[in-house]
Amino acid sequence: MNRASVVFALLLAVLLPLSLLAGRAWIDPFDVAASGPNAALILAELRLPRAMLAVVVGAGLGAAGAAMQGYLRNPLADPGLFGIAPMAALGAVASFWLAPLIPPAWGAWSLPVLALAGAGAGMAALALIAGRAAADAQTGAGGGIALFTLAGLMIASLAGALTALAITLAPNPFALSEIVMWLNGALTDRSWREVAIAAPLVAAGITVLALAARSLDALTLGEEAARSLGLDPARLLLLLVAGVGLTVGAGVAVAGIIGFVGLVVPHLVRPLTDRLPSSLILPSALAGACLVLAADSIVRILPLVTELRLGIALSLIGAPFFLWLLIKMRRGRL
Amino acid sequence: MLAADRLSLVRGGARVVDNLSARLEPGTITAIVGPNGAGKSSLLLGLAGLLAPASGQVTLDGSNLADMPPRTRAQAIGYLPQASDIAWDVAVENLVALGRMPWRDRGTEAIEAAIAALALEGLRQRPASRLSGGERARVLLARVLAGNPRWVLADEPLAALDLAHQLALVAHLRNCARAGQGVVVVVHDLALAMNHADRVLVLDGGRLVIDGAPETALSPEVIAQVWGVSAQWLGEPGARALASGSKRK
Repeated sequence: MNRASVVFALLLAVLLPLSLLAGRAWIDPFDVAASGPNAALILAELRLPRAMLAVVVGAGLGAAGAAMQGYLRNPLADPGLFGIAPMAALGAVASFWLAPLIPPAWGAWSLPVLALAGAGAGMAALALIAGRAAADAQTGAGGGIALFTLAGLMIASLAGALTALAITLAPNPFALSEIVMWLNGALTDRSWREVAIAAPLVAAGITVLALAARSLDALTLGEEAARSLGLDPARLLLLLVAGVGLTVGAGVAVAGIIGFVGLVVPHLVRPLTDRLPSSLILPSALAGACLVLAADSIVRILPLVTELRLGIALSLIGAPFFLWLLIKMRRGRL
Repeated sequence: MLAADRLSLVRGGARVVDNLSARLEPGTITAIVGPNGAGKSSLLLGLAGLLAPASGQVTLDGSNLADMPPRTRAQAIGYLPQASDIAWDVAVENLVALGRMPWRDRGTEAIEAAIAALALEGLRQRPASRLSGGERARVLLARVLAGNPRWVLADEPLAALDLAHQLALVAHLRNCARAGQGVVVVVHDLALAMNHADRVLVLDGGRLVIDGAPETALSPEVIAQVWGVSAQWLGEPGARALASGSKRK
């Protein structure tokens, strides 16, 4: 565990209890019963699962962001570039369409399951292209990482177009508003069920990304130098597709699209590390958990008529941050 | 021995190395020279096992490189690419340590030896972005040496270096050869090849024009034939300078 991991683990340890107490109804940590008759229930059934979900989703997005930046050797890369999040969103949107056909008993599971199926389809398409791209590098046909990224963008834009189509042709106004609300990403009204779906998948995803860590370090020197060090490009691509697919796919399946976490978090972590991609993955998971948890607690206590959607809030923070990164990059200080 | 046997390489649909055979000896410096687009870098990639042959094969001590697991190959052959872009602002010590990847160990001794060989002791903690061109070239070569490869293959390691740094790096490569490592470098500067290589492969249009001692392989006749330039060597062996005249019609 490096210094950055310790820093963000401590921060998480502070944020987690604070997040449990914060909300429209503040809970007195020294006397839960005095905070109202339902305070214990609010804690156990609303705040705790929501906080755990924020930790799980944030950890996945943070780790995926660190791995993507290492893989693409670019500090502006984001897990969204693989097109897995839009594919998961497409799967989720499909569940609104298919709602009448799904037996009521399975209704609650249809959205996360179809979102995961969407992410899985995206991963399968990428894995097919990945095998091709890796073979290309070996036989000198060119392309490699750049080609693969473009393929990810193509999948993202196709999924985006199909999602837009599904919205335009929404079966009824209720479904339309549900889809739009859901796409904006939020942790409102989630339960332990969502935690149970996402946590194992995200944990598996982070483990897979950790397996790719040393190979990502080799890429610091460029693709050819990395291959000369024994890196197997096909294996690395598959690890990355699986790791990003699991973390991002599970995140979208339970929380909708939450952007910018993967982009922002590695930048918060990097100054505290030796800057090699392998030193970033675990602390980025912890920092991602902190960021999403903090942002979710803030949207909960903002005095607005309806709660600000988490996805919107993070985009509002993320876009200026991105601009700041671009300015810093122009000055060559990134 | 690292040997190319009727090797042909294809990149981007074009045949860049054509039916080339050469046997390279350890303990020597071999220079690959030729005009732009002659296939020098592709040949080096092929010899490093990083570009699969379209036909023919590359063998290392009799074993086909294409059949070798990437890690085994990486332990035997160190490759220094031409582009020295370092993605993250990593400290020198950590960059050199990346050379241990094929061995999956910390290899402290090998890393220290590489740092000492290239006189990088004072730069250990310096981030890559604050290295001069000469320092960066030394760090990247140290990264290759940290892996203790039997072969060091370097693509234009001397380009973009000033005269003093060129000579210092050549001296490091000579030390590698003295220690029994095989050194293969792509160079543009014919005088460097003439003065410092034990053997020169001259390439043109993907074909091997001549393979021999520098004085033979880089004779004025060969230079005229391959580069289309009339030139002559001045000075004594080991300190030759190339006086090039007019471009031949």
